Amino acid sequence: MTIEPMSGLQLVPRADEPTTRKDFSSDQEVRWCPGCGDYIVLAAVQSFLPSLGLRRENVVFISGIGCSSRFPYYLDTYGMHSIHGRAPAIATGLATSRPDLSVFVVTGDGDALSIGGNHLIHAMRRNVNLTILLFNNRIYGLTKGQYSPTSELGKITKSTPMGSLDKPFNPVSLALGAEASFVARTLDSDRAHLIEVLQAAADHRGTSFVEIYQNCPIFNDGAFDMLRDKDESEARLIRLRHGEPVQVGDREWVHDIHDPDPSRAFEISRIDDGSMTKVPVGIFRSVQRPTYDDLVRAQVETARTDDPEPDLASLIAGSDTWTI
Amino acid sequence: MTKQVEQLDQVIIRFAGDSGDGMQLTGDRFTQETAAFGNDLSTLPNFPAEIRAPAGTLPGVSSFQLHFADHDILTPGDAPDVLVAMNPAALRANVNDLEPGATVIVDTHDFTARNLGRAGYATSPLEDGSLGAYDVHPVDLTNMTVEAIKEFELTRKDAERAKNMFALGLLCWLYGRPTEGTEQFLGTKFARVPNIRDANMAAFRAGWNFGETTEDFAVSYQIKPAAMASGTYRNISGNLALSYGLVAASVQSGLPLFLGAYPITPASDILHELSKHKRFGVTTFQAEDEIAGIGAALGASFGGALGVTTTSGPGIALKSETIGLAVTLELPLVIVDVQRGGPSTGLPTKTEQADLLQAMFGRNGEAPVAIVAPRSPADCFDAALEAVRIAITYRTPVMLLSDGYLANGSEPWQLPDIDALPVIDPRFATQPNHDGADGVGHFWPYLRDPETLARPWAIPGTPGLEHRIGGLEKADGHGNISYDPRNHDLMVRTRKAKIDRIADTVEPVFVEDPGSRARVLALGWGSTYGSIGAACRRLRERGLDIAQAHLRHLNPFPSNLGEVLSRYDRVVLPEMNLGQLAMLLRATYLVDVVGYNQVRGVPFSVAELEAAFTTIVEEVSR
Repeated sequence: MTIEPMSGLQLVPRADEPTTRKDFSSDQEVRWCPGCGDYIVLAAVQSFLPSLGLRRENVVFISGIGCSSRFPYYLDTYGMHSIHGRAPAIATGLATSRPDLSVFVVTGDGDALSIGGNHLIHAMRRNVNLTILLFNNRIYGLTKGQYSPTSELGKITKSTPMGSLDKPFNPVSLALGAEASFVARTLDSDRAHLIEVLQAAADHRGTSFVEIYQNCPIFNDGAFDMLRDKDESEARLIRLRHGEPVQVGDREWVHDIHDPDPSRAFEISRIDDGSMTKVPVGIFRSVQRPTYDDLVRAQVETARTDDPEPDLASLIAGSDTWTI
Repeated sequence: MTKQVEQLDQVIIRFAGDSGDGMQLTGDRFTQETAAFGNDLSTLPNFPAEIRAPAGTLPGVSSFQLHFADHDILTPGDAPDVLVAMNPAALRANVNDLEPGATVIVDTHDFTARNLGRAGYATSPLEDGSLGAYDVHPVDLTNMTVEAIKEFELTRKDAERAKNMFALGLLCWLYGRPTEGTEQFLGTKFARVPNIRDANMAAFRAGWNFGETTEDFAVSYQIKPAAMASGTYRNISGNLALSYGLVAASVQSGLPLFLGAYPITPASDILHELSKHKRFGVTTFQAEDEIAGIGAALGASFGGALGVTTTSGPGIALKSETIGLAVTLELPLVIVDVQRGGPSTGLPTKTEQADLLQAMFGRNGEAPVAIVAPRSPADCFDAALEAVRIAITYRTPVMLLSDGYLANGSEPWQLPDIDALPVIDPRFATQPNHDGADGVGHFWPYLRDPETLARPWAIPGTPGLEHRIGGLEKADGHGNISYDPRNHDLMVRTRKAKIDRIADTVEPVFVEDPGSRARVLALGWGSTYGSIGAACRRLRERGLDIAQAHLRHLNPFPSNLGEVLSRYDRVVLPEMNLGQLAMLLRATYLVDVVGYNQVRGVPFSVAELEAAFTTIVEEVSR
């Protein structure tokens, strides 16, 4: 079974008239803490969605639990605020049964990488046509400040007064290891970069995984300051550009996001040793491979083509009947 | 030699052997021939959780029991009249279930010192007189099979594997079963390996001819076809009937079926079956775990599909949080629990009814769901349709409580008239349902139908009805997040009231009391229907009065149930648990229900229920 490469949005109906940021803003009061990075991401998403040119009713946001997971309430699309960690599973069912929808998953470092780790890796392995936005603030916010699976080793928090003991995940390395076909990282503070990455992610057919560094001003303020500071960030950020050279240790090669072998992308993801001395941002990988949902629908279509008018009566009768 | 033919009105046969001996296949084939012959029948497969336990040991014994008759029967029967034992372990594991006088056909080939030891026999039961109470036929089935098919030059191992067909042939002769179906079946199954096909065919015929010629079997038996209502029949197991019920519900509602499931015994066959029916628009998703299975089903429901998840008790435990989400989202969802022995991993291949309270209460908060239970293998079809009707009409998760006995047991099923199946209208919302102060129409996802209290189901892609739903408490009507105390109280009560209103569209419970004099009611739910019904018949045959009623709906109860219970001096309730429905009935109706409970992993025997009911009827009439 072959399926032609296409955009992630190809089967989603286009809007008759241009939409605006206002069309995508719900009437609900936004209730994040003042200064939360989520505001910036929300504003960026609201302003980038019209550029996709989709009908608003065909856009769906599914979230789990956590601060970032309140996201769907603030967008005037269809949405579901579900349960902790399960958004990728719910979105898989929705995306598989509805090719005409653009489905986004909004999740956080605890939601996606701790309680929901299993669903995250399997969504990426299957390559379901989803755009997963992982807001990484490296802390548990909604439960008031425990360390998360991306918190740095030795983190002093309410639940780790003598320092955390477990090594954090590098979410980009994890996604690449889980066979994700689109992997990117961006920052809440860099709106232009954020929107550029989101657009590429939404357009990608398959699971697009986008890690967004996002500041929590209450429980982990300043976690990414060294990447936001104008002078310092230039030295620390490695801005990945397809077709441009990238320096990895003492080697240099031309960054190819379409490289079918994920090894180099993985090597790039390991440049950050956790200290944030050097942090690659941008698109690590963007390759075409068949999506699970397209393949599922193709199997159903094949079966229906072979038998366009299946007969329920003959199904349930089977082959061994007798008449009295 | 012309042999004598004796008439019988019913027979119970049990085939028993090693897990690899093909006993389930042998039982299935005998069942098909019996169904085609026109007897009424009921079957009970019984197999270990281990796929291939060490050969010749007690844990490896697999069996298949079949009850067939010239009249309408309700259960797979208590004590077998005939036991076919393929090795010492199979004999030892089953012989204690026999009544004196039962026929025992034993393959003597494996009665070696080593295999006797493996089965825990110090001496051979064929020689030490311990089987004196039975009519024993020791036959070297294995060697006769190997001899009969030596022209096909199979390996010794392959040749021995055909011994189940020899045994089947012998039993088919003994009970006058037709043989064409099995010959056709072998022709299809082994079409690609002609010498295996021909060897099995030869073994089957050799078994038949052996019965015809040996002096060991002087009598063969005839069981006339049963007088059944006219119509077209097939034999069907519960898992198959349930699968077909779901496909039918998809057709009748016009909603594509989406099954999200993780393999688990004894529910996996539903996943296997539905995966074959993609031409009906069925999507099956084998998820990474139980939680993802139900999550994907709920996501599909949100998108307007018929979302279904199938599992057994341990899976329900994992799905509970998502069921709670479905309760508060008020989306249609069908959760099939094929119950097995618990707690924890428990008895994966054995039957039990101990998930009722889990289905009823196993979630945080006040989270009521509708509960429906089939009463027999074929009834799984109707029960599945009913579960879907409730789920769609009331926008609610529905638990469908099957069990291991229903799942694998089988019985004849009169095929339903497809045109007479209920039509289930999903009634998607397409228009705004509320005029705002601004004069503009809005969509309020929690503005309810005044009759059913169901909320509107607006699916993504519907313009103008964009809305957000979630696990947080919602305000009545517009559905935005609300922490208002009075609103929460109202929403909790409304969700409960919605489930209670399902009773308005449910048939009243029917009581069978032929003499209308009974003072004792035998009540049941789920797979105990056959045993309870058969026990009631026996009491009535002995002139004792007893009424029977059986519940399909466990939540809500049918609206006349309280009145029915109050009519009887005593209500006796057999359950394969420690009294779960009894607890609900006592709490709901203040009725002193008498439980009769066992959790042995097998259905109730008719004899034990007959004894229990007799004691109660006699007490009451004293």
